[in-house]
Amino acid sequence: MDYANYLYLAVILFTIGGATVLLRRNAIIVFMGIELMLNAANLAFVTFSRIHGDLTGQVVAFFVMTVAAAEVVVGLAIIVSIYRSRRSVSVDDINLLKN
Amino acid sequence: MINASWLLIAIPLVSSAILLLAGKRSNSWGHWLGVLASTASFVVGVGALFELLGKDASERVVDVHLFDWINAGSLHVGAGLRIDPLSLTFVMLVTFVGTLIHVYSVAYMEHDTDRRRFFAYLNLFVASMLILVLANSYLLLFVGWEGVGLASYLLIGFWNHNPNYATAAKKAFVMNRVADVGMIVALGSIFATFGSLEFAQVLPNAEGLAAGNQGMMNLIGIMLLVAACGKSAQFPLQAWLGDAMAGPTPVSALIHAATMVTAGVYLIVRSGAIFTQAPNALLVVAIIGAITLLFGAIVGCAKDDIKKTLAASTMSQIGYMMLAAGLGPIGYAFAIFHLLTHGFFKAGMFLGAGSVMHGMSDDVNMRNFGALSKFMKITWITFGLGWLAILGVPPFSGFWSKDKIIESAFATNHGEGWQPWVFGLVALIGAGITAFYMSRLFFMTFHGKARWSSEESSELVHRHPHESPALMTWPMIILAVGSAFLGLVLSLGDRFVTWLEPVTGHVDEHEPVIAVPVLMIVTLVLVVLGVFLAWRQYGAATVPTTPPHGSVLTRAARADLYQDSVNEAVFMRPGQYATRTLVFGDKKLVDGAFTGLAALIGTIGIGLKKLHNGYIRTYAAMMLAGLIIVLIVAYVIWN
Repeated sequence: MDYANYLYLAVILFTIGGATVLLRRNAIIVFMGIELMLNAANLAFVTFSRIHGDLTGQVVAFFVMTVAAAEVVVGLAIIVSIYRSRRSVSVDDINLLKN
Repeated sequence: MINASWLLIAIPLVSSAILLLAGKRSNSWGHWLGVLASTASFVVGVGALFELLGKDASERVVDVHLFDWINAGSLHVGAGLRIDPLSLTFVMLVTFVGTLIHVYSVAYMEHDTDRRRFFAYLNLFVASMLILVLANSYLLLFVGWEGVGLASYLLIGFWNHNPNYATAAKKAFVMNRVADVGMIVALGSIFATFGSLEFAQVLPNAEGLAAGNQGMMNLIGIMLLVAACGKSAQFPLQAWLGDAMAGPTPVSALIHAATMVTAGVYLIVRSGAIFTQAPNALLVVAIIGAITLLFGAIVGCAKDDIKKTLAASTMSQIGYMMLAAGLGPIGYAFAIFHLLTHGFFKAGMFLGAGSVMHGMSDDVNMRNFGALSKFMKITWITFGLGWLAILGVPPFSGFWSKDKIIESAFATNHGEGWQPWVFGLVALIGAGITAFYMSRLFFMTFHGKARWSSEESSELVHRHPHESPALMTWPMIILAVGSAFLGLVLSLGDRFVTWLEPVTGHVDEHEPVIAVPVLMIVTLVLVVLGVFLAWRQYGAATVPTTPPHGSVLTRAARADLYQDSVNEAVFMRPGQYATRTLVFGDKKLVDGAFTGLAALIGTIGIGLKKLHNGYIRTYAAMMLAGLIIVLIVAYVIWN
């Protein structure tokens, strides 16, 4: 099988993830977009690892998963606390850092 | 006592510190502590004098090392005292006259609430002056030099609740700072040339180093002269002395007549070895002395303020000393001799003036005096002795010193051609004018008709003249005795000149261009003429109580020959314009550039602020855009 197809899939997933982050307003959905982008990157790492016959890429993929798990914990906690105080998870409502 | 000579300085310094720190608690005994400190210093000085007299003439220069002052790498500066005939002469003058004036001040300042502070400053002055004359290096001399400047400032402005007096003090201080620039340049040049500032290293080497460094020697000489001009109120830095009379009269007597203002003469004579190698600088010294001599004398003729007349006379007499010092080795000893006798008779006359003011409700205008000889017998006689001394009437002390200066000025040792004639004639004419203005002062104050009245109904000024208390008259009597006999005693067998020889060097007999007896007679004739003119105008005739309009010269002399106006027009105004221009430039250009830059960055920031709208997806889009740009750039560069 051609390795290029895996890369195409990774690009498509990354683009979908990026579009989700840029276009959706629900913070949970935005979060899912970020996860999608991370996993697209993981897929690319693994593919390249396979192409070069070297395990480094696979190891990095594990690191990314670990970091993603930690990030999810922190991120969800923030979203939950924002929801508690503002009764909303729309990212457009959270703009206190403007200017 | 020579090894204990540090006590000379330490005693008045400690006393001054005690008086300043103890505050009001010492009000009741502070003045006596001041007198005691000054007297103790005098006693130590006498001890040192006798010890030095016991040595051979060749061993009379003693350096006493006190402590290591500055130790930095290869630079070692020690603080030490030089005990030699010159410095001890000054020590005697400063401590003896100083002590008398301390005693006088006890009575004179009796009603002043700040008398203790006054004595603290007087002691500070004595200590500084002793540092100045005893220092064995130019650096330590400079410490004393600044110290007397400070003491002088504090004492001129002693009654600083009067803004005019405070201004006078400031004027003296600022003009002395101008001269200090000269001093600092001189110190730097000496160090650059000789590699040291100690007299023991500098003065003996001047002759050897002079050959290749003629320009440097002249520079050092001129800069030392600038310094001396400031301290000694010589042309063109003399304007402060007249205003310095704002201080209490004992201050004028001690600082602005007898001691501090002679520091310049001391500096020149002390640096004699350098000046001998710098004939051009020496000539300038003589010229400055001659100019000031006439300048002071002319100003003295027109002043109606008794203290200002005496101040002008001081200026003129120091001009004589400068002239003598400028004549080179033949004049050094006579400059110091005249300084010594002048210290006595001028201090005596200033104290006399203070006594007159004391009896006349602090009035200083001589036009309101007259006929005081009947009311103040002691003041009259002591002042009269000082008057005869400054006139140079034999056998009073001024005769012995001033006549020698006139003779030396006419001698050819210091230069051929025009020099003996010009300097000699200036000194001669100066003696005549001195006789005129001092007699004018004397007759206006003590003789003629009384221009005051003891009855209140009279339209004349209402006064009750009376003799001063004993504490004031005794110092005057002692100084008057000095004015009368000191010159005679010291000049018998050239005693004083021989005494100074270890410092000033031996000079063979010189022959003036006019024979000495002729010169003496001409001088006396001029003096008598001056006295006669003054008597005719101010003794025999009635003196108007309001000053007459006067000729152009009189009006100029009353205004100090427009020296203040010249200073103001040439230095002060341009200086103010320069600072104003610089301040303007600083505000508009320098500050403008910086505030402009800050404003520019602020504006850019306000523009950029709009990008931060708080929407996460905007930030994400920007990151994406940035990433794409970076990738494109990287792609372009790699290909």
